[in-house]
Amino acid sequence: MKIAVASGKGGTGKTTISIALAESAPCEVFLLDCDVEEPNSGLFLYKDTGEKKEVSVLIPKVDESLCTACGVCSAFCQFNALACVGKYALVFPELCHSCGGCAIVCPVKAITEVPSVIGEKTVYSVQRKDKSPLHFIEGRLSIGKAMSPPLIRSVKKEAEDTIQNDPSLKNSITIIDCPPGTSCPMGTAVSGCDFTVLVTEPTPFGLHDLKIAVETVRKMSIPFGIIINRSTAGDDRVVRYCEKEGIKILLQVPEDMRIAQGYSRGMSLISSVPEYEKEFQSVLAYIASSVPAKEGL
Amino acid sequence: MKIALSATGKNNTDMVDQRFGRAAFFVVYDTETDSFTAFDNEQNLNAAQGAGIQSAQNVVKTGAETVITGHTGPKAFKVLEAAGVLIYLAPSVSLSEAIEKFKKGELTKIDNADVEGHWV
Repeated sequence: MKIAVASGKGGTGKTTISIALAESAPCEVFLLDCDVEEPNSGLFLYKDTGEKKEVSVLIPKVDESLCTACGVCSAFCQFNALACVGKYALVFPELCHSCGGCAIVCPVKAITEVPSVIGEKTVYSVQRKDKSPLHFIEGRLSIGKAMSPPLIRSVKKEAEDTIQNDPSLKNSITIIDCPPGTSCPMGTAVSGCDFTVLVTEPTPFGLHDLKIAVETVRKMSIPFGIIINRSTAGDDRVVRYCEKEGIKILLQVPEDMRIAQGYSRGMSLISSVPEYEKEFQSVLAYIASSVPAKEGL
Repeated sequence: MKIALSATGKNNTDMVDQRFGRAAFFVVYDTETDSFTAFDNEQNLNAAQGAGIQSAQNVVKTGAETVITGHTGPKAFKVLEAAGVLIYLAPSVSLSEAIEKFKKGELTKIDNADVEGHWV
């Protein structure tokens, strides 16, 4: 079972909630930090040294001796990543979406696809108290790179392959800490999940961006519910919205000095306030019961 | 010689568009015939990305050897440079004024992009 933890607005507590769910899960659990532009789940986890792998995408390389600057590739490219002026085609790798079309349409076979490193993924094992270790995979986009979706897909695939190759992980839960917003990175992280937890805060900004996130997951036909973080810090506008829209509120986490103090010391929500474990286990049980025709917890 | 100007409109009384890639129009001035031809740049104005690259490519296709614009970012500059097009910067004046200034040698030629991408 795959659960995405997303939000419209940034800074609502996706990472805090993701880690709380992963630490509470009474079974084998994967935590994927797919917020690859600013991964921070790892800051709150006592990890081992991990196993790092580079992640690449394919970009075109033009053989200048073969290229006739005919312009077929640049006319084909929907992302303006190629320009044909002068003697040969110019490549702008930062705009390339790695579709490979230019290499196919080139009439003189002057284009080959070569790997270009965009980031890395690291597989860690994190000890959990009285439970099986947490499988933690972090994606980290290289500085200056803009294409996060291929890296996010690679992080998700790493977990999927591991689960597929080990029968004992068949009933595991995967928690995905998603990037904020509702554009391609968020869509890529949420895509294919069985359920999405939308984390919000009870403020005008929180509600405004929550509505956009709700529209997005509805369009993607992914069942979802809401966790209101710092629920006592604002007003009841999110609750009223959810009642009106018939959206399930999974949990409300009140503003709590103990959580803030723990956070500032790099402690997870559950380590700071252990009594919340039961609440998050109930959330997981609800999600498992609402996800149709899949293995439960 | 043909000179391509980034323009806010189609006429020589319209202004030099300070943006290159996302200029509203390109107006090509032919010094031999003293005539103006306008090209709509709406497709690149609304492009998700690569507006400078595509605009530069279109300018090269018009046969222009010189560009007069407000500012040029790194990608547009790279394409224009590869095509051997010279780039001169003009303030926000009318196209005919910009051409006058160019003829008098009052415009600055640039050898590098003068702004970052997405500068506006």
